[in-house]
Amino acid sequence: MSSHHTEQTTLTVNGEVRSFPVDPRTTLVDALRERLGLTGTKKGCDRGECGACTVLLDGKRVLSCMMLAVAAEGASITTIEGLSAEGELHPVQRAFHVNDAFQCGFCTPGQVLSAVACIQEGHAGSPEEIKEWMSGNICRCAAYPQIVAAVTEASVQ
Amino acid sequence: MKTFTYARADSVEEALAALAEPGTQLMAGGTELVNWLKEGIEQPDRLVDITRLPLRGIEEAHVLRIGALTTMSEVQASPWVRRNYPVLAESLLRAASPQLRNMATIGGNLQQRTRCPYFRSDTPVPCNKREPGSGCSALSGETGGLAIFGWSEQCVATHPSDLAVALAALDATIVVRSAEGERRIPATEFHTLPGDEPARTTELRPDELIVAVELPYIAPNSFYLKVRERVSYEFAVVSAAAAVSLAGNEIASAHVALGGVAHRPWRLTAAEAALSGVAIDDKAALGRAIEQSFVDARPLAGNEYKVILAQRAAVRALMTAGGAV
Amino acid sequence: MTSLIRPDGPAKLTGRATYAADTQVPDVVYAALAPATVPFGRVVEVNLKAALDAPGVIEAYDHTNFVPMVAMQAPMLGHSVIPLQQDKIHYDGQPIALVLAETLEQAQHAAQLVTATYADTGTPLMFDQAEDIGPGGPQWIPLDAVKGDHQAGLAAADKTITAAYTTSDRHHSAIEPSATIAWWEGEEVVLHSSVQAAAMAQPVVATAFGVPAEHVRVICPFVGGGFGSKGYVWPHLLLAAAAAKASGRAVKLVMTRAQMFSLSGHQPATAHEVTLAATNDGKLTAVRHYGVNAAARVGQYYEATTSASTWLYDSPNIEVHNRIREVDRPQPTPMRAPMEGMGQFALESAVDELAHELGIDPVEFRIRNEPAVNPMDGKPFSQRSLVECLRQGAAKFGWADRKPGMRDGNDLIGWGVAVSTMPAFRMPSSARVRVGSDGHVVVETGMQEIGSGLPGMVQLVAGEVLGVDPADVEVRHGDSSFPPHSGTVGSISTGALGSAVQAAATEVLEKLQAQPGDQLGAMVDAAGLEFVDAEARWAPDEASGGYSIQTYGAVFAEVRVDEDLGLVRVPRIVAVYSAGRIINQLAARSQMSGGIIWGLGQALLEKSVMEPTMGRFLSRNLAGYVVPVNADIGSIDVSFVDEADRIASPVGAKGIGELGATGVSAAIANAVFHATGRRVRDLPIRIHDLL
Repeated sequence: MSSHHTEQTTLTVNGEVRSFPVDPRTTLVDALRERLGLTGTKKGCDRGECGACTVLLDGKRVLSCMMLAVAAEGASITTIEGLSAEGELHPVQRAFHVNDAFQCGFCTPGQVLSAVACIQEGHAGSPEEIKEWMSGNICRCAAYPQIVAAVTEASVQ
Repeated sequence: MKTFTYARADSVEEALAALAEPGTQLMAGGTELVNWLKEGIEQPDRLVDITRLPLRGIEEAHVLRIGALTTMSEVQASPWVRRNYPVLAESLLRAASPQLRNMATIGGNLQQRTRCPYFRSDTPVPCNKREPGSGCSALSGETGGLAIFGWSEQCVATHPSDLAVALAALDATIVVRSAEGERRIPATEFHTLPGDEPARTTELRPDELIVAVELPYIAPNSFYLKVRERVSYEFAVVSAAAAVSLAGNEIASAHVALGGVAHRPWRLTAAEAALSGVAIDDKAALGRAIEQSFVDARPLAGNEYKVILAQRAAVRALMTAGGAV
Repeated sequence: MTSLIRPDGPAKLTGRATYAADTQVPDVVYAALAPATVPFGRVVEVNLKAALDAPGVIEAYDHTNFVPMVAMQAPMLGHSVIPLQQDKIHYDGQPIALVLAETLEQAQHAAQLVTATYADTGTPLMFDQAEDIGPGGPQWIPLDAVKGDHQAGLAAADKTITAAYTTSDRHHSAIEPSATIAWWEGEEVVLHSSVQAAAMAQPVVATAFGVPAEHVRVICPFVGGGFGSKGYVWPHLLLAAAAAKASGRAVKLVMTRAQMFSLSGHQPATAHEVTLAATNDGKLTAVRHYGVNAAARVGQYYEATTSASTWLYDSPNIEVHNRIREVDRPQPTPMRAPMEGMGQFALESAVDELAHELGIDPVEFRIRNEPAVNPMDGKPFSQRSLVECLRQGAAKFGWADRKPGMRDGNDLIGWGVAVSTMPAFRMPSSARVRVGSDGHVVVETGMQEIGSGLPGMVQLVAGEVLGVDPADVEVRHGDSSFPPHSGTVGSISTGALGSAVQAAATEVLEKLQAQPGDQLGAMVDAAGLEFVDAEARWAPDEASGGYSIQTYGAVFAEVRVDEDLGLVRVPRIVAVYSAGRIINQLAARSQMSGGIIWGLGQALLEKSVMEPTMGRFLSRNLAGYVVPVNADIGSIDVSFVDEADRIASPVGAKGIGELGATGVSAAIANAVFHATGRRVRDLPIRIHDLL
């Protein structure tokens, strides 16, 4: 059995190796927000029911509220803070901006990361496909049509 | 959430040895277990992460074997699965969300517990699954989403897995392992009926681990229909998995299982016999055959509609599987 | 009409926008709440021992040892009973204990260890069991309004319909859970809190703790969705501030999703009876609308669901009545859209029923009953282009091709129409505009940006008045130390804040004796000043009180109903609105489209089950209470009549945030009737209604 039950945990977040003490029950979203100060990742429901906490884990989109931080050891995590360099926007972020694909902005980091993955997976082939594959991210402001437009636009770039 | 120690198992033997210690819970994708921990439904002393065990992968052969730790996404994305088992691929695509499917494993999916709102309550209410002997709040409460088959006075919950319904229709086998060796459980019997022991969900013993799922034959003419009010990212109201083989326009053999109607995927054995020889595009005749399996339906006060809906879903799934829609 | 992409876009898109719970505060401690588990009664004893013994716990409080606070009425409190002040339990979910711990995990676990014993509890009273009463609480809109003689109107009619309609309990479900981080600096308290109205939070906190308002600083630039749930003041603010006072620490209290179902209000279930009578040529002779809503036993929350029935259609006889039913539940609160969001479902369904009975096209029926002045009080409308909305919408939708029996495979296809309307609420707002000697323009306002795009609106108005590029205007917002804005509530903000900014910017020009487009920075510099600024406050004037001021729209919906499975899908919606001046077309369209999707959720998905024996919302999560996802949404075509209502506000704008969520559910229900012949009068429309 690997001995990962020490309190010290090491995560690779946005290319940076971060070691910090953590309670094993701490979820990844809480570790990012409350220990590492990476508050771009949002907690909406804490039960896997809204998608706001979406991050990329080894390039795949996952819900950070449904994952224990200790279980993410050894993986490469990308949060919204790591998607683009300071002062710049990723093409998906740009497409969201010009298409007005967000309102209050709270679900937006999760939407953007989910959109990046959606395009990478090859699930942005048509508006219908995008709608289905972006349905794991609830936008209560309901910017859905604009999100579909933004993902469509970003997918052809 | 009560705290616990966390460890990773590097081999199946290690995981099985860990299971022998009281208070241990295994964790794979975590998408169900972490919820149980948060609600206090499970309160382990020790969590053993099994995601690194060599139980991942799809063996594309005449008998399809899927490692228990293969993610839902991986199975859904497999061209082999999509070509030969549309019902399986569709059941995975319609489940949860892309993010959850990237995390959740096939073995874990089968161990989901009911979405009965009383069981899932954020502050405990009487529920024989949560606290055996405490009573069933649902039976006299909100029953709209609950069972019409096989329930007991102890529990009227349904099983929420889409995958399990597809596997039941395809006569899949769940391969489980303990320190004593392997055991093979038919998918139709893997999930239990509530009876007098509603806290149980599956036939899996506390010392056992799911290692694989096997499908004995291909089912190119198959379909999974998930009926729900929200178009995506919602549990089924009812669902139907159907696989057919046709002789011309007529059904030679049919396999049909329903979800959202019982504590286990509900195989329509009587209907399957009656479907033999029925024309795949004869909606009325298909309906009459399906009806054969509904003579023992026992709807609750608020879910009579499921009796009609489930029959129609079965007919639609059959027709779609057979290319008649 | 202008369009501007959101200036707050980069911050929101990169995760740098700071929401309340994102605020980094050194040495913050975490609070967690334990809820009451009875629908009413008295807590005999709260056992905090296990919580206090749990690792990391700093302190635990119940009603016997917490900071006393001064009682107030609701509103501005959401629920008039502040938790942890007394032993009485008013609703399941009411906090009975607060635990402070060093980490979030420790606090949440310790809160789960709190147990309690209760007395004087029993079976809760449900909405369908309670009697109708007139609320004694605040009534901004009269309970009853009567014109003419209803019986005479019935006697004059050729056709009369009477029908009962209901809407369900719903939850705002903003994706950001409410949160407060609070700490005291001597007699002053700082709160980073998720609120739609810092201007309401500030006086409430001041009153609760007996300190002057200027000792309370509320900071909230961004709200992660509110929809009404963060308008009035809910327990998280007061509990966090009190725990901070008691502990001397900075305290972070973030609501769980489950707590949001009990501690931030909800839209109450409503029931309606509508009677409409008309002559054979489609002229209304009587309109009667009776509406009732569920309310908690204290506060007597009242939804004026029948308001629009007083102004929407011309009739010699109109009467409306509103009542409430006091039941055992958490307190409701306004939710997008309050009042007409529920009432228009009833009225606009009934109009469709009557038009159908008369054999008159429902668009034509509405046009035939268009009033020249407010039919109830005779006041002129400030602006009302409803007929134009109906005509433009019908043309865009292709309404002329509507016919019965449309189908595609298993899907029955139906088209429906309904009218949207909201009263134009108007409340004060203020802003400060400053032009520096370097030409830099800054606008400061206490306003909360909630997603409606107010920073962009402020840029456009300031830019227009001063003659500068809107993108060069810096907007600082969300701090109670800035000039106050009543709140990002009630669709008031664009009209009110836009007018305040317009006035302040105009005053800056006057001070400089400048014209729009002048080199303002150089003029400031030439005057030997670092900057010139002006603060202006706008409030509704008396002259506009002589007008009837509302917003309007026409919504056309196509539905497909799977005839075997009873599933309703909405492939397209066309909506045209008359809502005054649209300052930022881009953001306004997004907001209307969002509102339409709210209406779709009301029509087809959103129903919270009030558990009949427990008196609590059964599923306090987003899997059991479902709101629309991306795949639910088809084509949505939104447009506006090009107009400006300078009576409603000097800037010409009226609110639109709530308007979009009205009428939609009726349009969908009317389309379902057209498709299936089934009239569903209870929302949401579910599978079992259509099997």
